[in-house]
Amino acid sequence: MNWGSFADFLAMGGYAFYVWGSYGVTALFLLIEVVLLMKRRRTLMQRLLRLARINREGGYESKT
Amino acid sequence: MQLFSKAFWLQFSSPKAFYPFAGKLIPWFTALAAVFAVVGLYLSFFVAPTDYQQGESYRIMFIHVPAAWMSMFIYLVMCIYAGLGLVLNTRLSNMMAAALAPTGAMFTFLALWTGALWGKPTWGTYWVWDARLTSELILLFLYFGYIALQAAIDDPQRAARASGLLAIVGVINIPIIYFSVQWWNTLHQGASVTVTQAPTMAATMFAAMIVMTLAFWMYTIAVALVRVRQLILERERHAAWVLELAEAEK
Repeated sequence: MNWGSFADFLAMGGYAFYVWGSYGVTALFLLIEVVLLMKRRRTLMQRLLRLARINREGGYESKT
Repeated sequence: MQLFSKAFWLQFSSPKAFYPFAGKLIPWFTALAAVFAVVGLYLSFFVAPTDYQQGESYRIMFIHVPAAWMSMFIYLVMCIYAGLGLVLNTRLSNMMAAALAPTGAMFTFLALWTGALWGKPTWGTYWVWDARLTSELILLFLYFGYIALQAAIDDPQRAARASGLLAIVGVINIPIIYFSVQWWNTLHQGASVTVTQAPTMAATMFAAMIVMTLAFWMYTIAVALVRVRQLILERERHAAWVLELAEAEK
């Protein structure tokens, strides 16, 4: 075990800013990518549903 | 034997057939990524000992090196798909190349970012224009160029051809990054892990780095599959099966 206490763990031997700055930003970016993908899927599904409705009702060629 | 028949493999090159297949794979790769991340983080912080020279700052290595490896590896895989798309004109390979690019760019940025934060306490500077750092920055610009070029051309076939060509020309940068620490005098240290020699670090440190790399790798596959499924739906939106699928999932 490397750490005497939780505060010890957070302090990272005085390198807290560098270590947590690296791990934090990495975690943040992975999270943002996943959230963006989920949002994109929702928008995409709404668009497809709209397309399907247009096809059913009018049947006209849509470029959307 | 089903696995040896050409028809068995060809069915996966059709976007319609690949869509549900990819959907089945995503939860597995997500689970693998989560397991490797938990084990990797545990090894990184609780098993790997404090470095006698760098203290705790060296723990940045456990994400810096995997991110840098992934940035180059994803680029190579992207080029293979782009090349397949150019030669065989398969739409799915082009979509796979496009699906990998944003994640590759992200890992390139993270390699640079964590490198800067590791550079400050060890070298005394966040950034230096040495060959390793500069060529990795060029890799980031190559990813950006690929994504921008694809977005600038409306016709997907032409966009894939132009951006695929750019990606393949840019592959010259990968050996430059990899060998930069041997070819030039760089502030960046040489490789601690090579294919031909035993790693020059403690076994637990090496294990942490490998498991974190596996976590990033599995994450990349899961995310790329999610993205390629969206690209399939977007580009096939005039096909009946896509609209039926959207209505079924409502």
